[in-house]
Amino acid sequence: MSNLMLIVIVLAVMAVAYQLGLTRSRKVARQQGQSLHSRPGYYGMLVALWCGIPALLVFLLWALLEPMVVRALVVSELPPDIAGLSSQQLDVVLRRLNDMASGFGVAGEVAPWEAAAAEHLDRLRRIGDLARLAVMASLLLVGLVWAWRRIAPQLRARNHVEQVVHLLLVLCSGVAILTTVGIVLSMLGEAMRFFSFVSPMDFFFGTQWNPRFSTVGHGEGDFGLLPLLWGTLMVSAIALAVAVPIGLMTAIYMAEYAPSWLRAVAKPIIEVLAGIPTIVYGVFALMVVGPFFHNVGDLIGVEIRATSALTAGVVMGIMIIPFVSSLSDDIITQVPQSLRDGSLGLGATRSETIRQVVLPAALPGIVGAFLLAASRAIGETMIVVLAAGNSPILHANPLEAVSTVTITIVNQLTGDTDFASPQSLVAFALGLTLFVITLALNVVALYIVRKYREQYD
Amino acid sequence: MNTPEMPHTPNSRALLQARIEKNLRRRHAREKLFRGMGLAAVTAGLAFVALLFASILSKGLPAFWQSTLVLDVYFDPQVIQIDPKPTQQAGESPSEFRERELAWQGQLAMVNWNRLLEDSVIALDPDLGSQRRDVRALFTSAERYTLRDRIKDDPDLIGQTVPMKLLADANIDVWIRGNIDRSLPDSQQQLRPAVRQLADRLHEEGILQVRFSKALFFNTDSRSSPASAGLAGAFMGSLYMMMIVIFVAVPVGVASAVYLEEFAPQNRFTDLVEVNINNLAAVPSIVFGLLGAAIFINWFHLPLSAPLVGGLVLSLMTLPTVIIATRASLKAVPPSIRQAALALGASKVQTVFHQVVPLAIPGILTGSIIGVAQALGETAPLLLIGMSAFVANVPTSPMDQSTALPVQVFLWQGNELRNFFEARTSAAIIVLLAMMISLNGLAIWLRKKFETRW
Repeated sequence: MSNLMLIVIVLAVMAVAYQLGLTRSRKVARQQGQSLHSRPGYYGMLVALWCGIPALLVFLLWALLEPMVVRALVVSELPPDIAGLSSQQLDVVLRRLNDMASGFGVAGEVAPWEAAAAEHLDRLRRIGDLARLAVMASLLLVGLVWAWRRIAPQLRARNHVEQVVHLLLVLCSGVAILTTVGIVLSMLGEAMRFFSFVSPMDFFFGTQWNPRFSTVGHGEGDFGLLPLLWGTLMVSAIALAVAVPIGLMTAIYMAEYAPSWLRAVAKPIIEVLAGIPTIVYGVFALMVVGPFFHNVGDLIGVEIRATSALTAGVVMGIMIIPFVSSLSDDIITQVPQSLRDGSLGLGATRSETIRQVVLPAALPGIVGAFLLAASRAIGETMIVVLAAGNSPILHANPLEAVSTVTITIVNQLTGDTDFASPQSLVAFALGLTLFVITLALNVVALYIVRKYREQYD
Repeated sequence: MNTPEMPHTPNSRALLQARIEKNLRRRHAREKLFRGMGLAAVTAGLAFVALLFASILSKGLPAFWQSTLVLDVYFDPQVIQIDPKPTQQAGESPSEFRERELAWQGQLAMVNWNRLLEDSVIALDPDLGSQRRDVRALFTSAERYTLRDRIKDDPDLIGQTVPMKLLADANIDVWIRGNIDRSLPDSQQQLRPAVRQLADRLHEEGILQVRFSKALFFNTDSRSSPASAGLAGAFMGSLYMMMIVIFVAVPVGVASAVYLEEFAPQNRFTDLVEVNINNLAAVPSIVFGLLGAAIFINWFHLPLSAPLVGGLVLSLMTLPTVIIATRASLKAVPPSIRQAALALGASKVQTVFHQVVPLAIPGILTGSIIGVAQALGETAPLLLIGMSAFVANVPTSPMDQSTALPVQVFLWQGNELRNFFEARTSAAIIVLLAMMISLNGLAIWLRKKFETRW
């Protein structure tokens, strides 16, 4: 029986249980002449929860544990020379057995021990399925009957149901923590494995990036982070050089000068830029911007590569404009009007007021906005993958191709990945570096933005 | 010269006046310049939007039309020599019937369908009989399966002549539309001179037409037959992932926002959760891809390239967006409503779920839709969990191998048949953007419709 069917059945039984609880609570109240503590619906809900939750828990546990148990049992029955293989080779054997057991069939001769093991696997699965069905059915029934019999007018059904709801809410908010823990642990774990092949000194301070193919063996190749970090910084700096002036001037114009109709029209249009998928920017860079720069370079006699730090940086800058402009806009509009009035009253022009009063007052917040934009640029992937050219060499020329941290993560983890080789594990070390850098930038930026905002509250 | 120590002489006053005016002119000029710079920045922003959309649309729209051969195909019984389609007989078990049917389909696969395609062109001009190879080069290679499927569905067609619209080969399409320089020497052309002449001739005769093509929407990706490559598989993959995001991220996000906003005590745990959510919202998307690769694929051994894994990764990414949006809309519900409910004897849970959350639903919906739209356009994390693999089937469940719309864009932009696939890539982007814009439009419409001022 498929898992989906099973869940649907459990839900259906819960619906029935709800109805049973509902009718029973009314009946009991009538018979005993007492009024119920809670509304009848809560009694129904309580019965449904008692009936369904244990069964669903068993279902979840089973899904987590069954593969492991079955695997251990099958392996214990294998001939000793097979069972003694490394876990990866064992995976291959088990996959083959699985194909045989599920009737999918395999290529090549089937050894007698394989046939026996496949049959064993098949039998275990059948037994497991039946056992699960039996356990779940009995839990459904026991829960239903037990909760149904407990119904009495004095039962504080609502409080019980609310406790369950409360628990569920707490569990859901735990998911956010679990995700962060998952990110940190998985990346730390894999990065540690990487550092057992390559020393952290070589990784963090190496100036050569040349990971060879994973088939060559372990620890081969140079894993120097610096060329990638340099490329990342170069592209991000170009992006900020595009986005910051345009974004800031846009924000100033929108907040201080623009008539309301222009603001109403232009602001949402510019914010469209933030909602466009980054892959679209990547393709745009590759098809339009790169060739354009190349042609301009030809005209003025400079060699500009179509895929270069410049192309990627400029397009990324376009992407970040709305980010800078809307954050700066918020902060500029929060500067109290009295400051402007004072400055204008002393005879300053509007631009003088803006430059010498409004901007200095808003400066911390604007710096925070820039840092947030910078962390976006550093973590951005698809634009650089398509348009930066991927050439992990230390050089200072933005017209040449560069490589970034994110490009390298994608390159090392796509294709035939063997998670045990340093060539793919390095992606996690890179990811951890990226995570730490962007996190630090974000924390500083949020701190600055928050601290500044409190001044006028 | 003009010393400010003697301000009372008429001469020096005039000088001062002149200096002030000069200074004012300078200041006003700077004012204008500053204002002009602001306007220029706004114009630049708007121009980027216009440029982006104009270039995508101008490149992508032509790809919705494709070179198509409009022909009468004669299903020649001489060529299609197969047994009648098997029907289930009395006393026959389903597996026996299935075996016979498979054998029959095996016969179908042996038929020389290319010959039928060639014959349909040669029927127009018997002189072409000696040029079968050139004629065959007109069709994209998937069209022989189109013929096979017609016969498989309806064997009665054998011996009949059916008017059909068949896609031309991608290289023919490039040639007919002039997307390749026609003056290039033969050695640099994809097509033989005879094929090019034939294509031009059929184009003039109106047999080879540029028609609106449904292949882009209803076919899956294809390697052997670029002209019939379509988005159906990627579309379904994206749909499955969005469904997973809706079923995982939205309920969990709303629940945790409700807890944090309405129930949570002020303690270490809730502080930690809050800081976490803000941090998660800022984590680069590719890091979520690494998380998916390490946990879902490496530890739990979930299948590579499956929408299930992609959906889970995107759900974790979307979670902070949903939580932040939900909290904002819960905050907007005035406390008086809570107090009124509590005063009437409702419990805390009843107050929240019967009064506060229903009032906040428009805001929750808007935030969730925007989160889903973001997830729809995300590419980088999907590359890390293997969704960039070539998949030629429409996935039928979230556990099947699949790609997604943005990943399909990524795959097509790297295709070596550039002249053809640049347009395809942009067309795929148009479809993706159309979906995103309609989702965002829905969010804006919902916000407008349910906007309340308390």
